[in-house]
Amino acid sequence: MADVVVNDRRTASGGGGSRRAVPKAAAEPAKIGDKVFGGFSHLFLIVWALMVVYPILWVVISSFKEDKYIIKEPLSLNPHALQWDNFSRAWTKGGLGEFFFNTVIVVGGGVILTMLLGSMAAYVLARYEFPGNRAIYFLFLSGLTLPVYLAVVPLYKGVFNSGVSIPLLGLNSRFMLILVYVAWSLSFTIFFMHSFFRTLPTSVAEAALVDGASHTTLFFRVMLPMAKPGLISIGIFNVLGQWNQWYLPTVLMQDTTGAGKVHEVLAQGLISLSVQQGYKSDWSGLFAGLTMAMLPVLIVYIAFQRQVQAGLTGGISK
Amino acid sequence: MRHGKARFVVGFLALPVLLFAFYVVWPFAQAVGYSFTDWGGYSDKQNFVGVDNYVRLFKDELVHKAFWHNVFFLVTVPLFTIALALFFAFLLNVGGRGDKAGIRGVFGSSVYKVIFFFPQVLSLVLIAVMWQQIYRTDDQGLLNGLLIKFGLLDPQHPNLFVADPTPILGIPAVLWWLLLIAIWSGVGFYMVLFSAAMQGIPKDIYEAALLDGAGRVHTFMRITLPLLRDNISVAWVYLGITALDMFALVYVMTPSQGGPDHASEIFASVIQFTAFNRGQFGYACALGVALAIFTMLIAALQLRITRRERIEF
Repeated sequence: MADVVVNDRRTASGGGGSRRAVPKAAAEPAKIGDKVFGGFSHLFLIVWALMVVYPILWVVISSFKEDKYIIKEPLSLNPHALQWDNFSRAWTKGGLGEFFFNTVIVVGGGVILTMLLGSMAAYVLARYEFPGNRAIYFLFLSGLTLPVYLAVVPLYKGVFNSGVSIPLLGLNSRFMLILVYVAWSLSFTIFFMHSFFRTLPTSVAEAALVDGASHTTLFFRVMLPMAKPGLISIGIFNVLGQWNQWYLPTVLMQDTTGAGKVHEVLAQGLISLSVQQGYKSDWSGLFAGLTMAMLPVLIVYIAFQRQVQAGLTGGISK
Repeated sequence: MRHGKARFVVGFLALPVLLFAFYVVWPFAQAVGYSFTDWGGYSDKQNFVGVDNYVRLFKDELVHKAFWHNVFFLVTVPLFTIALALFFAFLLNVGGRGDKAGIRGVFGSSVYKVIFFFPQVLSLVLIAVMWQQIYRTDDQGLLNGLLIKFGLLDPQHPNLFVADPTPILGIPAVLWWLLLIAIWSGVGFYMVLFSAAMQGIPKDIYEAALLDGAGRVHTFMRITLPLLRDNISVAWVYLGITALDMFALVYVMTPSQGGPDHASEIFASVIQFTAFNRGQFGYACALGVALAIFTMLIAALQLRITRRERIEF
């Protein structure tokens, strides 16, 4: 009997929900202690899962409610009739459509440029010897430790001054914001891709060069495809990071001329939406805005959860 | 040197270095320079004042307050987040032990992982606006509403949450409520991180321990925890940096961005307030330099404390 108990425990121990044990101990009745422990595990896990899901669900359902139901029964998860009108109001009057448009442009441009420039720099720094290599690499790395709040005042002034002669590079320009995002994303991208390019075999590169490929061809045709797993990780990291960026746009996307309107991005726009709808007491509009900002990201995450989790956790454990 | 290599290197590096220099390095360098002046930000008039700003910083009441609030988050955010994340990761990976079919992880562990990770993909601002609604000070807020419904709260005196400066254990209540959000949004990420690490621990180690008669708690304390040391130390450093960066929550959620009555002021909000509301850019830059030095010291210190020899397996 004692033998069986040991066997039972060892097959059940260790990590990994994915692997199944040899069903040798299957016939053995589960021990009471294990059952109680398992029950408690579920209890704790379910409580936390509820704490995560319930507020999100509450926001989504409230976004379908009429304002009178939000006031009368704020907690209920019964929306009565679905108010699609809330969404169109948030989209047009709340400016959410505009925010989305700006964010997609800025993040799209920002991520593509970050990946391109970041991997180019990382590749050269990782695989070519030249004077100043270490210095440039450490210069990029230093950006990881410095808080953005320190740089923001001179950055604001620098952008303001560039805008005087070239409006495209001045405040409230989406193109300027793309360049700023790229510059601020380079540190981590280079840090991550540098270690990735280091691990790629030299023999392939040498063979390509012997075959007469130029350095540029070698990079785009051979090395970049080989670094694909790394590119996916850092790409996910940058998409989320730039999509969620709020501080830089809050400072840089300001209208100083007093004429045109501000090209707000989503995170920044949500802040003004919350202030705006708060004054108007248009809670359903605010909930609809939140829902529209949150659902696409959650859906993409659920569809690609394995890659997103691996990409994000891989980013920090490297 | 192969032909064309120099041109290639310069060609590939020029644009990234140029962008980085203009939008990151130059502003930082300028900030350090401005921190020695009394520049107001809106005019070009500025005088060199030496280290006056730095001396003033040590006497500034607001900075003192912000400093201790930062320290509060620096201790509590990593502590609670890591403890909860480890706890949940442990439950996920060994909770199902002894199930009939011999499944090791708890049933449905992949579903839990997906759900717990939700807040990580939402932006901090979105989370802040959402929690604004949860923390509303009338009975329509999610938390006040629930508490009143269950009779735990007098409807006449709802919770003020982030507008409440009364101290709890010597810390303004508003900070505790912000801490809750930080933990809520961070636990899932670190749980997934630790969970992956736990699955990377070879089974033989556990089997050996079990043969020696070690129980669940014992196994966790003596095997899992020491083998996760690396991951925990990385998590600690990252959480430490996040904790210094609670600004999104403070900015969106608290009255007058650091209120009520400066009860939730942190370094970043003081910098913002000093630069853009008080118009003292020179002094704000000095604060920024101080914060940067503080951040680097903390990161170095944490790496130092948590560094041990790696166990290879």
